[in-house]
Amino acid sequence: MFAFLIRRTAYGLITVLGVLALLFVLFFLYAKPIDIARRAVGEKAPPEVLEKWIENHGYDRPVLEQLKDHYRRMLTFDFGRSDLDDSSIKERIRRGVVPSLTLTLPLFFMGLFVSIGLSLFVAYFRETYIDRAGVALCVFGMSVSILIYIIGGQFVIGKMLRWFPISGFDPTPALIARFMALPVIIGILSTFGSDVRFYRTVFVEESNRDYVRTARAKGCGDGRIMARHVLPNAMIPILTRVVVAIPFLFTGSLLLEAFFGIPGLGSMTVDAINGNDFSTLRAMVFIGSLLFIGGQILTDVSYTLVDPRVRLG
Amino acid sequence: MSVVLRVRELSTSFSGPGGRVCVVDGVSLELAEGEILALVGESGCGKSVTALSILRLVPKPGRIDAGEIEIDGQDVLALSVSAMRRLRGGDAAMIFQEPMTSLNPVQTVGSQVVEAIRLHDSVSQSLARRRTVELFEQVRIPDATDRFEAYPHQLSGGLKQRVMIAMALALRPKLLIADEPSTALDVTIQAQILELMRDLQRDLGTAILLITHDLGVVNELADRIAVMYAGRIVEEGARKEVLSGARHPYTRGLMRSIPSLARRGEPLAEISGVVPSPSEWPAGCRFSTRCDVVFERCRAEVPGPTRLSNTHSTRCHVVEREESA
Amino acid sequence: MEPHTISNIVVASLIAAGGWAWTRAARSDLWRNAARELRQRRPVALAVIAIFVAVGLLDAVAWIGGGEGAENTLAQSKPRSLVDRLFPIGFKEASYSAPLAQAEFYGGKPLKFPARHLLGTDILGRDVLHLSLKGVRIALLIGGLTSLIVIPLALFLGISAGYFGGRTDDVVFFVMSTLASIPSLLLLIALIMALGRGPVQVCVAMGVTSWVGFCRIVRGEAFKLRELDYVQAARALGVPEFRIILSHILPNLMHLVVITFVLLFSGLVLSEAILAWLGIGIDGSWGQMVDQARDELARDPVVWWNLMAASSALFGLILAVNLVGDAIRDILDPRTLRENL
Repeated sequence: MFAFLIRRTAYGLITVLGVLALLFVLFFLYAKPIDIARRAVGEKAPPEVLEKWIENHGYDRPVLEQLKDHYRRMLTFDFGRSDLDDSSIKERIRRGVVPSLTLTLPLFFMGLFVSIGLSLFVAYFRETYIDRAGVALCVFGMSVSILIYIIGGQFVIGKMLRWFPISGFDPTPALIARFMALPVIIGILSTFGSDVRFYRTVFVEESNRDYVRTARAKGCGDGRIMARHVLPNAMIPILTRVVVAIPFLFTGSLLLEAFFGIPGLGSMTVDAINGNDFSTLRAMVFIGSLLFIGGQILTDVSYTLVDPRVRLG
Repeated sequence: MSVVLRVRELSTSFSGPGGRVCVVDGVSLELAEGEILALVGESGCGKSVTALSILRLVPKPGRIDAGEIEIDGQDVLALSVSAMRRLRGGDAAMIFQEPMTSLNPVQTVGSQVVEAIRLHDSVSQSLARRRTVELFEQVRIPDATDRFEAYPHQLSGGLKQRVMIAMALALRPKLLIADEPSTALDVTIQAQILELMRDLQRDLGTAILLITHDLGVVNELADRIAVMYAGRIVEEGARKEVLSGARHPYTRGLMRSIPSLARRGEPLAEISGVVPSPSEWPAGCRFSTRCDVVFERCRAEVPGPTRLSNTHSTRCHVVEREESA
Repeated sequence: MEPHTISNIVVASLIAAGGWAWTRAARSDLWRNAARELRQRRPVALAVIAIFVAVGLLDAVAWIGGGEGAENTLAQSKPRSLVDRLFPIGFKEASYSAPLAQAEFYGGKPLKFPARHLLGTDILGRDVLHLSLKGVRIALLIGGLTSLIVIPLALFLGISAGYFGGRTDDVVFFVMSTLASIPSLLLLIALIMALGRGPVQVCVAMGVTSWVGFCRIVRGEAFKLRELDYVQAARALGVPEFRIILSHILPNLMHLVVITFVLLFSGLVLSEAILAWLGIGIDGSWGQMVDQARDELARDPVVWWNLMAASSALFGLILAVNLVGDAIRDILDPRTLRENL
C-alpha cells in the first residue's frame, strides 16, 4: 500500500510539472507582453511606461529564463502580483478561501446527502412509476442551464417569495446562513439532475447483480439488501465521482460566487477573466490542478479502503 | 415419504417489447423427502425460470401467471413477504450456476454465511462463526478457519461453489434447488462438487431439485428425471426408465445424441432443427417441428399425459397411440 | 472568399456528407435496426431535433441582395440568410417592446412594426424571435464543429495508444493525464484568453478540453479489440496495421462515436452558455442572450420575453438531444459507457 502511494504521488508530481509546462505555453507564448502591459497600465500609456512595466514584471527576459523562473516560482507558491491592481495574489487567495468554503462545504455535504438519499429511494422503486418519473425529472433538470437556475432562482425565491436575500455576503455567524441559503439551494438544484441520474444507475446496476440474487435466495429482505449489499458495492464508482470533487471545495464555484456576490476564490477568478489578469489566472489554474491531482490520489487511496479486490490484489 | 415440493401447472411469463411471452407453460413436479429430481433440458427451455419461480425469485419483468407451489405443505404463492423471507434460506435454499459472481465481492465469505445463519436463527455472532467454520469443513474447504476471512476474489471457482453450498445448507433445508451447480466449473472440479452434493444429501436427507443440461450429471446423481422442452415437461420417470427406456421422441433424440465409444466412427446423431423461441412456439405439440415421427394430430392438439408405469409418464400423441394399441 | 460563401459551401458539403453516411449506414443491419428503434422510442424528440437542424441549415445559406424595403441600403449590402429573409429589412425598434405589442414598453411610443414582433424586442430593439432563430445555427455550430475536432482527435490518439501500446501509449496517457488534471472550466478560460475570442477559437478551446474523456474510452476499447481473434489472425497473415485499424478496429468503435457525439453535444452547448456569461462566448448564441437578459428580471415592470425565448430554445434543443442520446445509448451500447459518461 505504501509503495502504491509513493508511486501514485510521484506520477502526480510529474503530472504537475506537465501542467506547469502547459500553463507556460498558454500564458506566455500566446499573450504578448506589450498587450498585457497595455491592459494593466492603460491603452494610451506612452511606450516608456509600458516598457518599464514589462521590465518590472519580468516579461522581457529570454524565454528559457522565464520558463525556469515560472517553474521555480509556481512550485514555491510565489505567485507574485496581480496584473490588474498589483495586489499580492497569495494574500488575496488567503482571504478568499474562507468565503469559498462557506459556500462549497454545505453545498457539497447537503448535496451529497440529498442526491444519494433520493437516488436510493428511486432505485428501490426501480421500474415503477416512481422510478420513471424520477428519471424523467432528472433528464429535465439536466437540460436546464445553470444560468437559468441561478437567474430563475434569484427571481422566484429572492424577489417573488422573498425568502432569502438575492445576493450578498456577511461573515457574521448570525447572518451567514441567510445569505448562503439561496446559493446553496440553487447550487444543489443545478447539479441534482445529473447526480441523481448517475447514482441511480449505479444502484440499479448493482441491484441486478448475481450476488443480490443470492442474498435474496438466502432470505434477505429488500431493505437489508440495499443497505448491506448494494450500497457498499455501489460506493466504488460513487467514490470516484465524489472524491474528485473535493478539491473544488476550495476553488469555489465561479458562477455562484459571482452571481451572489460572495468574495471567494471563484469571484477572484471571474475578476481575473474580466480584467485579463493573466498572473492571477495562472495562479488559480495551477492551484486548481494541484487540488485536482490531489483529489485523484485521494480517490485511488479510497479505493483501497473500500474495495478488497484492490487492497489485496 | 412426505412430499417436500409440489408444483402444479406453473406458468411464468415475461413482458418484453413484443408483449408478454410465456416461458414456463403448465409445469408440474413433485419431489419427495430425500429424493433427487433432475430437471433436464436444453438452454432456453425454461428450467432455470421454473427453479426461480418456485422460490418467487423471478426478476421483473417476469411474473408467475398461474399454478400452485407447495413447499413442505406451505402454499408458497400465498405467503407474505416476511414469511417468504423466512422460507428462503430456511426450509428451502437455492444455489446458482455462476459462483464467480454469486458472492458479494466486498464481504468475506465467512460473513456471508454468518449472515445466512443469523437471518434465520437468533444465535450470537461467535456461535454463528463457529457453525460457519464447521460448515466449511463439511463442504471440504481446506484451512476452513483461515478461509473464513477470505474475500470471494481470493478463492477459486470450486471453492466459491463450496461456500455457496455451505451457505445453502447452513440451516438444513428440506429442499435444495441447484441450478446448474457445476456447469461453470472445470471438469475435475465438477466431479468433486457432485460427489460432495451426493454425500451431503445422504447425510442431511435434503431433497434436491437439480437443474442441468448435462446428462452425465444426471446419471451420477438423479433418482428421478423430468425432461423439459419449450416450457413443458415432456417426459418424467425414474432414472433408469428415462435414461434407458425413453419413449418421448425428444428424450430419445437426446439419448441418441450422446457420443458413445460403442459407436465410434459413425456420424454423430443430432436432432434436426433448433429450439423455437418462446414467441415462436408452435400450436399443438411444441416438438412437432423437429419430430421425426410427427403426424397431423401432433400439430393440432397439445398432447396430454400418458402413463407408462407408476413412475414413468410422457406427453406425446405417438406414444399415446402406441399405448392404446 | 466571403464568409457567407464559405458557410454556404460548408452547408452543401455537410448535406452531401450526411447523405453519403446515410447510404453507407443503410446497408448495415445494425444501423438500420438502431434507426428504426430510435424512431419508435423517441419520435417527438427526433422531430424537434430535425426542426432545429432545418432552421440551422436555413440560417447558414446566405447571400447579398434582394428583399423588400429598399430604404436601408446598408442592410441590403450585408449577406442575409434564409432565416433573415423571413423578416423585413430593418426590423428593429428603439428598445424594449412586449410580444405582439403596439407600443414601446417603457414610454408607450408607437412601434415601427406594431403587433409584428411575436416574441417582443430586446434592449436594442432587435426582434427576439429573429435572434432566437439565429441562435440555432450557433448552437449547432458549437456542438457540431467542436465534435468534429474532438472525435477524430480522440479516435486518432486513442487508437494509437490502445492498439500500439508501449511508448506511444505512455506519451498519450501522460498528455491525457496532464490535460485532465486541469479543471476544464479553468482550462477553457485560459485557452480562450490565449487564443482569442472568435467562434473558431472558442470551438477549438472547447475541443481541447473535451477530447480526453472519449479518448480514454477509445483507448480502452482499442486495447480490447486488439486481442480479438480475428484481429490477431489478420496480423498473423501480414495485413498492414493501417488496414486492420480501418477495417476491424474503427468500425467496432462507430457506435461509441455516435453515442459520444450526441451526449457531448448538450454538454458543449451548455458550456458555451457559461462562457457567454463570462463574456467569452460566441456572438449571437442563446447563452449570450441569457447573459444580456440577466438583469431584466430585476426591472420593474419585469421584462421576461427575452430570457424566456433564449432559455426555452436552449432547453428545447438540449432536452431533445439528451432524450435521443439516452435512447441511442440504450440501443447501441450495453455497458461500456454507462460508467464513464
